This record gives sequence, structure tokens and C-alpha cells, in this order.
Amino acid sequence: MTLHNRNSDAAELTLTTEHFQKAVVDHHEAEAIERVSTSAWKDVWYRLSRNWTAMTGLCILTALIVMAIIGPWLTPYDFSKNDLMSTSLAPSDKHWFGTDDLGRDMFARTWMGARISLIVGFAAAFINLIIGVIYGGIMGYVGGRIGDIMNKISEIIYSIPDLLVAILLVVVFEPSLLTIILAFCLTGWINMSWIVRGQIIQLKNQEYVLASRSLGASGMRILFRHLLPNALGPIIVMLTMAVPAAIFGEAVLSFLGLGVQLPAASWGTMINDGTKVMLLYPWRMLFPAIMISLTMLAFNMFGDGLRDALDPKLKK
Amino acid sequence: MVRYMLNKFVFFFLAMFVLSSITFILMKAIPGDPFISEKAVPPDVKARLLAQYGLDKPLFIQYTTYLTNLLSGDLGISMKLANRAVVDFIRDSFPLSLRLGIAAIFTSVIIGVTLGMTAAFRHRKLMDSTAMVIAVLGVSVPSFVMAAILQWLFAVRIPMFNVVGLVQAKDYVLPTLALSAMPIAYIARLTRSNMLEVLHSDYIKTARAKGLNSWTIMRRHVLRNGILPVVTFLGPLTANVITGSFIIEQIFGIGGLGKIYVQSIGNRDYSLIMGITIFYGLILMTARLLTDIAYGFIDPRIKLGKRKEGAA
Repeated sequence: MTLHNRNSDAAELTLTTEHFQKAVVDHHEAEAIERVSTSAWKDVWYRLSRNWTAMTGLCILTALIVMAIIGPWLTPYDFSKNDLMSTSLAPSDKHWFGTDDLGRDMFARTWMGARISLIVGFAAAFINLIIGVIYGGIMGYVGGRIGDIMNKISEIIYSIPDLLVAILLVVVFEPSLLTIILAFCLTGWINMSWIVRGQIIQLKNQEYVLASRSLGASGMRILFRHLLPNALGPIIVMLTMAVPAAIFGEAVLSFLGLGVQLPAASWGTMINDGTKVMLLYPWRMLFPAIMISLTMLAFNMFGDGLRDALDPKLKK
Repeated sequence: MVRYMLNKFVFFFLAMFVLSSITFILMKAIPGDPFISEKAVPPDVKARLLAQYGLDKPLFIQYTTYLTNLLSGDLGISMKLANRAVVDFIRDSFPLSLRLGIAAIFTSVIIGVTLGMTAAFRHRKLMDSTAMVIAVLGVSVPSFVMAAILQWLFAVRIPMFNVVGLVQAKDYVLPTLALSAMPIAYIARLTRSNMLEVLHSDYIKTARAKGLNSWTIMRRHVLRNGILPVVTFLGPLTANVITGSFIIEQIFGIGGLGKIYVQSIGNRDYSLIMGITIFYGLILMTARLLTDIAYGFIDPRIKLGKRKEGAA
């Protein structure tokens, strides 16, 4: 039809009957999926693996975790053994990161510190995840008056400064790994619960939930099988922020003298000891400081990449 | 609007009440009593001591006394340092911390917003990536590490500033920078992402299509919406600066409240710790309250909510 109107082109186009052949319709061919099918998570991983900052972050994190596990065994020195003949030595081929004022090997201590910092970070984030998901899930799913009251309670808890409460608790109940982790869990779960609540409220009125309900699914089933898996993206992003926050909080507590007790050491306590002799023996502060910065950096890089990968709006 | 503010005020008082109750319960949870360290106090002397401090009364009476004292601004007395009132410690040392804190807050907001806006306007250009690398590094390096680096670089290597102390005006530079490094990074990232969102939004396109000049667009549309998240960050920023001051005052040898707090933790001077904690709590919650109120004034959506309530 349009060919008639475009008179300039029409002159050059000569159509013969050969051009008009009946197309063969193969129903099998039409239904065939040409591209490799992909799930949502595969897609996220694909986009994440294209993001070199995120992958660098992931590599650093993996390396740090591996070193936290095997690091202390790579050197013959024990992290807590004093050796008064070799105090405050500079890094050398024997003591790779030097020694501290009691002659303890800094390499072993740095990786023992990594264990404590990472355990605090992951444990606090994990407990916050559990409490936050349950509380936020109920808050969002039940909604109404109960959800409202629960929300108000969480707002009150949120407005109490978290670090102050953590300091108070650790002061009163004496510093240990357990009290430090618990101190960060008192207020840490609130953010997570708000994220979960927001997601659930957004998701619970969608058609597939209605379909599931009309098929007779129970509330718990809908919550755990349909709503939470779909809210997983923001929850994971929140987790990648919660871990470094707890690690940083632990470092601050250690710096205030509320860290894990001797002979154990976290990065925070080591940096605290190190700053006092920073000008004389810089390595005592340098290595734990590098490690803690590296951990935070890796989490930030990985978390940013993950957020981009999980955000469907940024899909190209 | 009135209801929104009233709501925030109620939360402020409830949270303050919960915090002071927690401190009271924790004080009572500490085993022993304040006079346990004094050697072999005769029972009648001890009884008189307890009576003098009102510790012989039932818990509930102690609790109400404690709360009324707090309301009248009495934070109790130090247990270890010659019965000095907690309020006296605060009066002596807080001004120093306050000056440093205000300097840090202004520095963070000004540098952070500038950095973030530059990055947003030069999106995907060299300036953008440079600013964001600075921001990621700033978020990653804890303030005590930053302080040590600054001290080493600008006081030892290049002796421009004093290593410790806070006497002359230029002594403020290093501690302020160390305190504001992390907030600068946060604010820069926040400003950048928000500015980008605003710059690509439909109403900016509309404004441009209407033929508004770019300065008016900037002033009327971009800035107002781009600055909003920075206002919400003022609460966390105050928290960040207070937390930072515990560490920074220690490293730079500044006799502010942060240093007293850390010392009181070291001495296990429980009443001093609790008193200063409540004081810090009050500052933080006031900052948060002010943020919420400021947000209510700036954010047009909250006013819309009020109109709806008025109609209902």
C-alpha cells in the first residue's frame, strides 16, 4: 500500500511474482526459545559479574575470610605467646608484620583479629536479619492496628542512640564476644524490619498473592514462600551494610577499652594500642588499620554493585 | 503539620524516658553498691552513707527520685572523683567538644554537598569518578585511622600543625578533618545520587520545556529536592560526630567531654558514664527531633498529608 505512495522509490523497485512466496509456518520452530533461559538470580549474578568494582570487592572479601581462617597457622608463632627477647620488631622475613611490645607476632594477631571482627560483623548481621525479618514480616503482613503499634514501638527503640546503649551494656555486663554482639543487636534490627515491612506491604496486594490465597494457602505459607523470597533483594543489600557497620562499631568499642579481653585481640584493640606508639613503631597500627579499611572498602564496593545488580530499573 | 510535630515530640519524650529507664535499670544491675570499694566500712557508717544518698529507699522511690532529678537537670554525681556533679564535668568540658563538633558538622555539609553536586553535574566524567573514589575511601577508613594518617602527614612529616592540643585556631584543622571525613563521604554520595535522580526526573524536563532558564530551574527545582536528603542526614551526622569525638579527642589530646566519657568508662565510674550517656542521648534526640521538624518544613509531601487529614 505504501509502495504506491512513494512514487520515487517505486520506479526503482521491480517486483516479480518470485518475490511473493508462501511462508512456511513451522509451529515447532515458532515456539522454540532461541536464547538460553535465565532465572532472576542468574540474571543478577550475570550483571554482578560484569561489574568489576563489585567483583573486586567480592575477591577482597573472600581473601580476607580465607586468611582469617588459615592466616594464624601460616606462621610458626602463636598469636598470644609473649617473647620478651623480640619486642617491637619491624616487619622482617621472620615476623612478616613485625611484633608488638610483648613480642607477639603481629601477623598471627592480625588474622586472629580478623576472626573476631568478622565473627562480630556476621553474627550481629545474622541476628539482626532474623529478628528484623520476623518482626518486619509480621508488621507488614498483619498490618492494621497491631502493625501500627509494632511500628511505633520500633520507632521509639530506633530513636535511642545505638552506640550509647551498646556502650552501657558492655560496661555493665563486662566485655566479651557475646555481649558485644548482643549490644549491636538491641537496636540493629530496626532498619532491617522497616525494609521488610515496606517490601511486604508493597507485595502483599499483588495478584499472585491473591491467587495463592484463593487456592487456600495459609498466612505463614504466603509470607515465607511468596512474600519474603520476593523481598530478598533489598534484604541482602541491607545485610551488606549491616556487617561493616557492626565491624566498625566493634572497633569503636575496642578503642574505648570495651573490646574483647586479652589475650584475644580485635583490629580495634590493636589499632588502639598502635596509635600510642604510632611514630616509633608504625607497623603496629598500620596492618590492622589497612585490614579494617580494606574490609569496609570491600563491603562497600560489593554492596553498591549488588544494589545495582538487584535493581531492575538499572537493567539495560 | 501540627499533628506531625506533636507526634515527633511525643516520640522524643518516650525515647528519652526509655533511655533513662535503661540507665537506671543497668545501674541497679551492677553487682554491689557504690561503697563496696571502701575498705571495711562499719555497718552503721555504711547504713548512714546509703541513707545520705537515698539508696536505702525502695527501688520504686529511687526510680521516681532519679527521674524527677533528671527533669530538673540533675544528672547525679561522680562516684570516683570526689563527689563532683556530672553537670559540672559537662559544663567544664562540653564547650570545647561543641566547638569542634559544630566545626565538623559545617565542614562535612559544605564539602560533602559541593563534592556530591560537582559529581552529579559532571556525571560519568572524570570529576564524577574522582569524587566517588574519594567518597568510597572516606566511608571505608575509620576515623581513628584517618586521624592517625592526618597526624602523621601534616604534623610529623610536614610540620604544619601541632600533633596534639587545641589552643590556637589552626589546631582545629586536623581534628575537624578527621571527624568530618566519614560524613563528607556519606553526604557526597547521598547528594550525588539524589541530584542525579532529580536531574533526570520529568518535572525538570517540563521546566526546561517551559523555557525556564537554567538558574531558575536550579534554584526552584533542583536544589530544593536535591538538598532534602542532606537534611535527613543531620541526625545521623550528629551521632557520627559525637561517636567520633570519643576517639578524636583521645588521639588529639583534647580535654572535651568525649575524653571525660572515655576516661569514665576506663575507671568504671558508673554514675558518670550514665550521666554523660543521658546528656549525649538528649543531644542526639534533639538533633533528630530538629531534623524531623525541618524535614516537615521542606518536604512538600508532608504538608499534603496534613491537608488530607484536615479534610477527613
